[in-house]
Amino acid sequence: MCRDGRKRESAGQSRPLSVQDRRRAVRGASGRRAGPAVCELLSFGVRFLPVRAALLQQVRVLFFPVFPSGSVNITLTMQKGDQNATFLCRYSIPRGLNFRCKLAIKSVQTVFRSLATLEKTVEKCHIGLDEQKDRLTFTLHCKHGLLKTHNLSYQDSESLEAVFDKDSCANVFRAQPRVLVDTVVHFPTSLEEVTLTLSDERMWVRNHVEDEAERSKAVLTELCLAADEFDHFDIKLHNSITFCLKEFRGLLLFAESTGLPVTMYLDEPGSPVVLSVTDSVLEGNFVLATLSDDHYLRQSNRGADAEQTRPPDDFMNDDMDAYLIAMDSSVAPGPSTADPPSLAAFRKPPAPNYRTRTYSEEEEDGEEDPERPPDKKFRSLFFGSVLPPSPRRSSQPFTTQEVLASDSEEDEAEAD
Amino acid sequence: MPLSTQSQSEDVQDVLVANLDNARSLSNILKAITCKDHAIFTATANGLKVTVEDCKCMQANAFIQADIFQEFTLKDDIVVFQINLTVLLDCLNIFGGTPAAGVSTALRMCYRGYGYPLTLFLEEGGVVTVCKINTSEPEEPIDFEFSSSNVTNKVILLSESLKEAFSELDLTSEVLEITMSPSQPYFRLSTFGNSGNAHYDYSKDSDMMELFQCNRTQTNRYKMSLLKPSTKALAISCKVSVRTDSRGVLSLQYLVRNDDGQICFVEYFCCPDEEVEEG
Repeated sequence: MCRDGRKRESAGQSRPLSVQDRRRAVRGASGRRAGPAVCELLSFGVRFLPVRAALLQQVRVLFFPVFPSGSVNITLTMQKGDQNATFLCRYSIPRGLNFRCKLAIKSVQTVFRSLATLEKTVEKCHIGLDEQKDRLTFTLHCKHGLLKTHNLSYQDSESLEAVFDKDSCANVFRAQPRVLVDTVVHFPTSLEEVTLTLSDERMWVRNHVEDEAERSKAVLTELCLAADEFDHFDIKLHNSITFCLKEFRGLLLFAESTGLPVTMYLDEPGSPVVLSVTDSVLEGNFVLATLSDDHYLRQSNRGADAEQTRPPDDFMNDDMDAYLIAMDSSVAPGPSTADPPSLAAFRKPPAPNYRTRTYSEEEEDGEEDPERPPDKKFRSLFFGSVLPPSPRRSSQPFTTQEVLASDSEEDEAEAD
Repeated sequence: MPLSTQSQSEDVQDVLVANLDNARSLSNILKAITCKDHAIFTATANGLKVTVEDCKCMQANAFIQADIFQEFTLKDDIVVFQINLTVLLDCLNIFGGTPAAGVSTALRMCYRGYGYPLTLFLEEGGVVTVCKINTSEPEEPIDFEFSSSNVTNKVILLSESLKEAFSELDLTSEVLEITMSPSQPYFRLSTFGNSGNAHYDYSKDSDMMELFQCNRTQTNRYKMSLLKPSTKALAISCKVSVRTDSRGVLSLQYLVRNDDGQICFVEYFCCPDEEVEEG
């Protein structure tokens, strides 16, 4: 269903995805996810946003481990309307020190627990490093002579560099964080992964169900966003990208608190997706691994017919009545699509090592055999086109995880 | 008043009769010491003292002076009984925890003596409820032998500042360490949790510090689980007095103002955590 209640969409606005397009999408897809999630602070300006809360949020981000070396005095000027406030921020680090460490985020959060209290009572925050004792000390000088000292132990960490290049990503869009937050709110909090399917004018967001077995029990949810809901929507490659929703939600929380628009850079499945939050003082790049899709490769190898997947927004066409009628019959004229590739074929990665998931190339016979009699009578109203696809249908992005509940022997007869 | 006419015939036999126009004056204070089910009620001419103990090393006392009550009649010199505090609080709040504006619950408490239940008459808006709560044999409360003459260090702080510190205390720490000293850091609360340690230092010149009398440096650790309930008392108080004696026993005294502006006290005693490895 489209957001804003736009359920119907006239088909035929966009072209069906050609075989060539899909092949292009899979080319170069590696068998491994790229890069862990990392937050980097790349640049540091001298003008802050004129919101005190934003200042404190950025203090929180600052001590992610990218410290410049050397002694620097930086004057920060905050402007709010006509008022100016100047804050002195001192960096005092011996030259040559290249320090990087890892702290449990919960420990750091306890230091800056209540923003409201921080704003009212904290006058100064001092961050010091005690290498002998392996401690990072946060000292908050508060009003009324109260001094809060937190000595947090840290761990050494290796430099993690995510391999990504935003500029080479085929698909870019930018949205206000509220748009994305309102989208993910429809998915259950326990949902692990979500799939974005992109076309020229639309983006579909659906939950990702891993196992074939689970699909019949799972509630499948799909949302559609039109291009005009985004500040910028530039899609060159029609494909589907699956990534971790939980991390995405967390990042959206941050973006929402800064009030900055979120830019997402997507490329092929398997390549990392980058969420970028930028303003004059900070640039945050959140890199998420995505599901690679070896099974795309397999599908494309089986020929054009097998690729005729149903249009993902078929419930948006006008024949809802036909749907309901079809639902009554046990063997309905089904789509010409092949069965969804069985994801059980893929070796399940050791959880939670999301980053190094690989997918086996084992073949499964008969999985796309259209002659197979239907073994499931159940049809979902929301998914599973029971209508034959027509050439007028809107473009069919390369769907990975199909949510069709069943197929039918009569499919082929009605295939276009 | 309907309540007094109802129980006039029983007046002669009751050893304790206490009337309160606003039951919340009692229930709010009792909530501040509710960390265990059972409480010992001690009534003397001075008023009511309610005692709760934990593990034989922590004791919480709530003092409600006789003049807070509209009527406080005692037949014996001292009346003591033990009662289930949770049940008592439920009864005191029987008309709902949050009263409508301007409406208060009136209370009449009667106790006939050893073996008899505590009878509560509660009235709000013309509706009267009678509760009879069984009493039991009172256990002897611990006498911490905390005397003012033996106090080594004493500070009085405005609750506002301590509330902040207590709300942020690292609960993964098993102990709360309190350092009091005539020199730096003067008054310090420390925790030692999973992520590291934290210190909250109050300067003796702070405007939150109403009184600072520290004679020698003392550092004592107390079990966090025993002191955590004291935050309830802290939440309703205006001032706190923190005292330690030569043995390291901690006395926290909270000054509580009720709805009518009258003063009550809540007191917490806590024994220091014995350190196994004594240097």
